[in-house]
Amino acid sequence: MSDREPIYLDYSATTPVDPRVAEKMIPYITEHYGNPASRSHPYGWTAEKAVENAREEVARLVNADPREIVWTSGATESNNLAIKGAANFYAATKGKHIITVSTEHKAVIDTVRELERQGFEATYLDPEPNGLIDLEKFKAAIRPDTVLASVMFVNNEIGVIQDITAIGNICRANNIIFHVDAAQATGKVVIDLETLPVDLMSFSAHKTYGPKGIGALYVRRKPRIRIEAQMHGGGHERGMRSGTLATHQIVAMGEAFRIAREEMAAENERIRMLRDRLLHGLQEIEETYVNGDLDHRVPHNLNISFNFVEGESLIMAVKDIAVSSGSACTSASLEPSYVLRALGRSDELAHSSIRFSIGRFTTQADVDYTIDLLKSKIGKLRELSPLWEMFKDGIDLSKVQWAAH
Amino acid sequence: MAYSDKVLDHYENPRNVGSLDKNASNVGTGMVGAPACGDVMKLQIQVNEAGIIEDAKFKTYGCGSAIASSSLVTEWLKGKTLDQAAEIKNSAIAEELALPPVKIHCSVLAEDAIKAAVADLKSKQHGSKEAA
Repeated sequence: MSDREPIYLDYSATTPVDPRVAEKMIPYITEHYGNPASRSHPYGWTAEKAVENAREEVARLVNADPREIVWTSGATESNNLAIKGAANFYAATKGKHIITVSTEHKAVIDTVRELERQGFEATYLDPEPNGLIDLEKFKAAIRPDTVLASVMFVNNEIGVIQDITAIGNICRANNIIFHVDAAQATGKVVIDLETLPVDLMSFSAHKTYGPKGIGALYVRRKPRIRIEAQMHGGGHERGMRSGTLATHQIVAMGEAFRIAREEMAAENERIRMLRDRLLHGLQEIEETYVNGDLDHRVPHNLNISFNFVEGESLIMAVKDIAVSSGSACTSASLEPSYVLRALGRSDELAHSSIRFSIGRFTTQADVDYTIDLLKSKIGKLRELSPLWEMFKDGIDLSKVQWAAH
Repeated sequence: MAYSDKVLDHYENPRNVGSLDKNASNVGTGMVGAPACGDVMKLQIQVNEAGIIEDAKFKTYGCGSAIASSSLVTEWLKGKTLDQAAEIKNSAIAEELALPPVKIHCSVLAEDAIKAAVADLKSKQHGSKEAA
């Protein structure tokens, strides 16, 4: 046990701001503080130029036109703006049915739930046990009145990559607006909106080494997609999102996305090497299960369940590393991850899962330390576990009559 | 979740972890809880000829508070008669470990485990007396 900070393996929760990004951002707080909407003096012109440069950088990472990028406060706002904005705009002409997936981020699921409250109907598709969508099931969910589908590019908990091209083509063929939450995808997978059949795509800066509080929404121009504004005011961002632009945040997001574009290929190689090392190390522990498909997956994510170990005690045991647990250990009760439940994992396995997410500043020494820590702590907790003892005695735990309490 | 020092101590250094021979006539076993609920406790007590608990062992699948509750009661049980053991109340466990309200169920489970172990032992002794 040491007093030093735990090793950070929670890059899917948020990333540190890259020092190059911070450096580029600071002058736009202290020196170039003009309002980019000020047209009458150089303070405003400088800020506007910086904002437009950043817009270009964001567009370049995803091969879009800068005019298709709308600044928001983050992926949650982008998801709200895209889903509510498009559903409301097209409801009268197309209908009021929405398709999404049960493993989406809450920012999508709860937005669709809100639309249901307002009179829309929704289908929440369950993915296959590997986390991927069965395209035939997706097609079967389509109704004549389906107006919008929302499917995330890369899942935040298990890192699986959905077949966005195939799903988008199905949407095109059925005249359905297609929104993609790409918060976990930028800098991890190649995104080419020139060829991807996607109408709306959400981005976040802080998952890609930018600061929190800034994001963007891609809104396709050809064919032109319309959305109803959710935030009203000065008519910024061509009326789609009013509010004074946060120049420094925007500059930082642009720089973060520029670095992602230039360094992504080399960085992903290095991260894949680290992830494989972590995977092989942890698989030396008996009764471990990888959650989510390993092939259709970003290398940054490893989600593993350790059988016969309880989730909360597992989190206590690994406090020298900063990771996320499949148990949302809220104040009152231990709730198993809804994503893992949707894959058909038992409560026990969902509770005993850990999401390791690796990033730009993770080292091989970090990975080796983590493997040793897990081996020792899992061993200790299993020594304590009556379930492990029963398993080792050959007892089928599913056949045991447990005393209810 | 902030744990008390006592919970952390029992979690880091659990007392009396292990198993006794569940088939022995002077060993009582209590297993309570369910995996789906997130905690399972196995508590075993061994009595000497005078009817005093001379050994107690546990294994627990559960959170830090559940591990600490069962570890603590193994310490308390030693030297007690079965009747004294059955008097241990969950409130005393919760107080000793300073359990927060959301973790009171861990102490309840520990009390249930004691009662189950005592009942198991008594039924064994009762059965052997009848046989004799």
